[in-house]
Amino acid sequence: MDLFACDVLVVGGGGAGLRAAIAVAETHPRLRVAVISKVYPMRSHTVSAEGGAAAVIKAGDSLDEHAYDTISGADWLCDQDAVEAFVREAPEEMLRLEHWGCPWNREPDGHIAVRPFGGMKVERTWFAADKTGFHMLHSLFQTTLKYDVIQRFDEYFVTTLLVDEGRCQGVVAIELGTGKIQAITAKAVILCTGGCGKVFPFTTNASIKNGDGMALAYRAGTPVKDMEFVQYHPTGLPFTGILITEAARSEGGWLLNKDGYRYLQDYDLGKPEPKPVFRSMELGPRDRLSQAFVKEQEKDRTLVGPYGHYVHLDVRHLGERVIDKKIPFVRELCLKYVGIDPVKEMIPVRPVVHYMMGGIHTDIHGATPLPGLYAAGEAACVSINGANRLGSNSLTEILVFGARAGKAAAAFAAEQREASSSILDQAQDEQRRLEDTLLHRTGGKERIATLRAEMHQVMEESAGIYRAEAALKKAAEKLQELQERARDVALEDHSYTFNTELTAALELSYMLDVAQMIVQSALERTESRGSHQRTDHPQRDDERFLKHSLAYRAEDGSPRIEYLPVTITRWPPGQRVYGR
Amino acid sequence: MQATVALTVTRYRPERESEPTFQTYEVPFRKDWVVLDALNHIKDNLDGSLSYRWSCRMGVCGSCGMKVNGIPKLTCAAFLSDDLPGPVRVEPLDYFPIIRDLVVDLTDFMRKLTKVKPWIIRKEERPLAEGEYLQTPDQLDAYKQFSMCINCMLCYSACPIYGLEPSFIGPAVIALAQRYNMDSRDQGAAERLEILSGHDGIWQCTFVGECTKVCPKHVDPAGAIQQYKLTGAAHWVKSLLLPWGTR
Repeated sequence: MDLFACDVLVVGGGGAGLRAAIAVAETHPRLRVAVISKVYPMRSHTVSAEGGAAAVIKAGDSLDEHAYDTISGADWLCDQDAVEAFVREAPEEMLRLEHWGCPWNREPDGHIAVRPFGGMKVERTWFAADKTGFHMLHSLFQTTLKYDVIQRFDEYFVTTLLVDEGRCQGVVAIELGTGKIQAITAKAVILCTGGCGKVFPFTTNASIKNGDGMALAYRAGTPVKDMEFVQYHPTGLPFTGILITEAARSEGGWLLNKDGYRYLQDYDLGKPEPKPVFRSMELGPRDRLSQAFVKEQEKDRTLVGPYGHYVHLDVRHLGERVIDKKIPFVRELCLKYVGIDPVKEMIPVRPVVHYMMGGIHTDIHGATPLPGLYAAGEAACVSINGANRLGSNSLTEILVFGARAGKAAAAFAAEQREASSSILDQAQDEQRRLEDTLLHRTGGKERIATLRAEMHQVMEESAGIYRAEAALKKAAEKLQELQERARDVALEDHSYTFNTELTAALELSYMLDVAQMIVQSALERTESRGSHQRTDHPQRDDERFLKHSLAYRAEDGSPRIEYLPVTITRWPPGQRVYGR
Repeated sequence: MQATVALTVTRYRPERESEPTFQTYEVPFRKDWVVLDALNHIKDNLDGSLSYRWSCRMGVCGSCGMKVNGIPKLTCAAFLSDDLPGPVRVEPLDYFPIIRDLVVDLTDFMRKLTKVKPWIIRKEERPLAEGEYLQTPDQLDAYKQFSMCINCMLCYSACPIYGLEPSFIGPAVIALAQRYNMDSRDQGAAERLEILSGHDGIWQCTFVGECTKVCPKHVDPAGAIQQYKLTGAAHWVKSLLLPWGTR
C-alpha cells in the first residue's frame, strides 16, 4: 500500500481548505502541507455562492453592529466569543483576498463597494457582482499555486480518518483515476469538506455535498454540533433548486403571493416600502422568510406549478441596467434554466435547503476535541451561525476560520512526532474493507438510488421547515432501517478506474450518518429557535435549550445527544425584532 | 411530445475495452431535463457503472463539459429538447486522454495553468493596514471578462490548434494570464511574457475563434489572445528590452 507522509493535511479544496493551506504555508513554511480533495479545487462548492461576504469597512458601521446582527440572526445560539473574533478579523481577511486579486465591485473612486443583505442593520456585504463565491474560490486557488510547498491530491476520495494513541494521524483515500488506495499520514488534519445539503431532495447544494467530513469526524468519536439547524434559503428555483441570491432582494426585489401581494407584511416583518429597508420585509432573516412561505401555502395563497408550490420574486422595477450591473447571474440563470427574463417577467421561487449551521464541534481555533483534528467552514460549527446563519457571513467565515484552523493546526503539527507505527496496520484494514466489502462485492440487493430516494423522502417529511415529534420518531426508525439495508447495497461496477458507483455508495453511507444526527438532534430539542421550528413546542426555551447539542456516535451506531452551554459575553438573550 | 429519447454514450473501461465504444440508453424525455439529468437517470436506474463528472448543476463549477452531438457543452446547460428527436450523442471532450467513459484527464491543463503564474505579482506588497488597492470600475472592467473563466475545458476541446499541437498552452490559460496582466493591481506581465510569447504561446493561435464560440461564460479567449498579440506583447517586449522605458 502506498504511503505518503506530510505535516498538515487539509481535506477539502474549497475556500476554507485553501485558506487554511495558505495559512500553514505562510506561518510555518517548513511544514509539508497537502490538500486532498475529491474534486479539483476549483470545482468545490464555494464556487456556487453568489451574493457576497460581510465585513465591517465603511464609516457608520461597527464591529458591534455586525456582532449584534449575527447574534440576533442566530436566535442567540452562537458563541459570542467566536462571533467577536469573527467580526474583528473579518475586515483584514477580506482585504487580504483583495490583495490576492479578488475582483470586488468598487465605488467610482476605487474603494470597495458594499451592498445591504438580509438581517443587517447597515450595508456591509462585499461582492463581486453575484458570483462572489466563484471569484473568491478562483482567487484563492490561483494564489495557492504560487506556494510550491502546498502539495495537492486532486480527485482523491477520503474514506476514513486514522486515529491512534488518542490523536488523528492521517487518512486513507482512494485515488479516483486509478483506484489506488493510499494512506496519507499527517501530524494534523483539517476537515474542510463543506456541508451536507444532499441529504435532502431539494437543495441548492452541489452533488458533492454529502457531509463527508462530518461523518468522518463522527465515526472517529468527535461530536457534531447543532445538526438540527438546517437553513432553508427562501428563494430557490423550483425543480433545479438553483439559488436566486438574496442580493436580488437587497437590491430591491419583492416577494409576492398569487394575488401580487407582498405577504411578508403579515408575518411581523415590517411594512412594505418601495425601497428596501434594513432588517425589514424582504430583508428579514432567511428562517423567518422561509417560514412565512409555509404559512402562505397553508392559507392557499401560493401558486402551484409542476414542481409544487411557489411564489414570485419580482425584480422588474429595478430595470435592466441595475439587473445587469448588480445581479447579472440571476438573469443568466433564469434565462438559461427557466426560460424567463427577469427584466420582463417574475421569477418563480420557493424555499430550498441551503446551508448547515451545525457541523463538527470546534473551539475558536478550529480544534476539535480529538487532538490533531481540526475543522473549518461549513463542515465545522465554531459556532457563529447558531440557529440561523446571517446571509453573507459564510463566505467570510471560511476565510477567518480557515486561517485560524490553518495556523492552529500548523502550530500543533510543529510539536508532534511522526505517525505511530501501527497506523499502517489500520490503513491496511481500511484497504481490505474497501476492496472486500465494496469493490469486489457481488450479490447485494439494494440499489443506491432507491435508498437515497427513501432517505430524501423521510428527511423532507420530518426535518423540513416545520417539525414535530411523531414524524421525527418515525424518521429515526426509518433511517435505522436504511442503515441496515445499505449494508446490502448492490454494486455493478468492479473497476478500479474512476469508479463513481463506489464513491456514490460511500457518500450514501456518510449521508445516512448525517441524516441520523439531524433527526435525533431535532427530536430531542423540544423548543423552537431560529431554523428549528417544532409545531408541538412553538416557543423558545432558554432555560432548557440555550445550549448546543452534541451528537456522539453510540456503540450501536446511532447518535447520542449531549448538551453544552452557549457562551454569552455582552449580548444577553433577547427578542428577535425585525421590521420595527 | 415524445415520451423517450435515446442517448448514445461513449463507454470506455480500460480494464475491459482496448478502445472507446458506444452504448445506447433509452431515457424518459422531459421538457425541463438537461443532458446531465438524463445521464443521472441512467446512472441511478439503468446502469450504475457509467462514469462522468458533475457537481453544481448550475453552470459554474465547470465539471460537466462533454461533447453533445459533436459540440463541446456544459451538460448541465444543454437541454434535451434542443436535440430532438434524438438520438443524443454524448462523448468525452476532444484532445484530452480518456480516463474512463466520459471522464478525461486534465493533468496537462493543470500544469499549464500554473506556468503562467495566475496570481497577483507585486514588486512590493502594500501592507494590509493601508487598506485596499484602489481600482476604479473602469479598471475592473478592463480584465473582468477574462476573470469569468470556469476552467471547463470546452475551449480546448474546440481548438484545432490544441488538437494538432498539444504543447500549445491554449485559450483558457492565455485568457487567465491576460486577466492578471490587465489587472491594475498586478505588476507581473514581464514574468508571463516568456511563456505567452514563446513557442507554445499566443503565436500558435491562428485565430480560428472556435474557443470563443463554445465558451459558456463569454470570456472570449480569442479576444484575449488577439489583444495580447496587438498591444500587450509589443508593449512588454519593449519594457523588457528597455527596462528604463515606458513602465
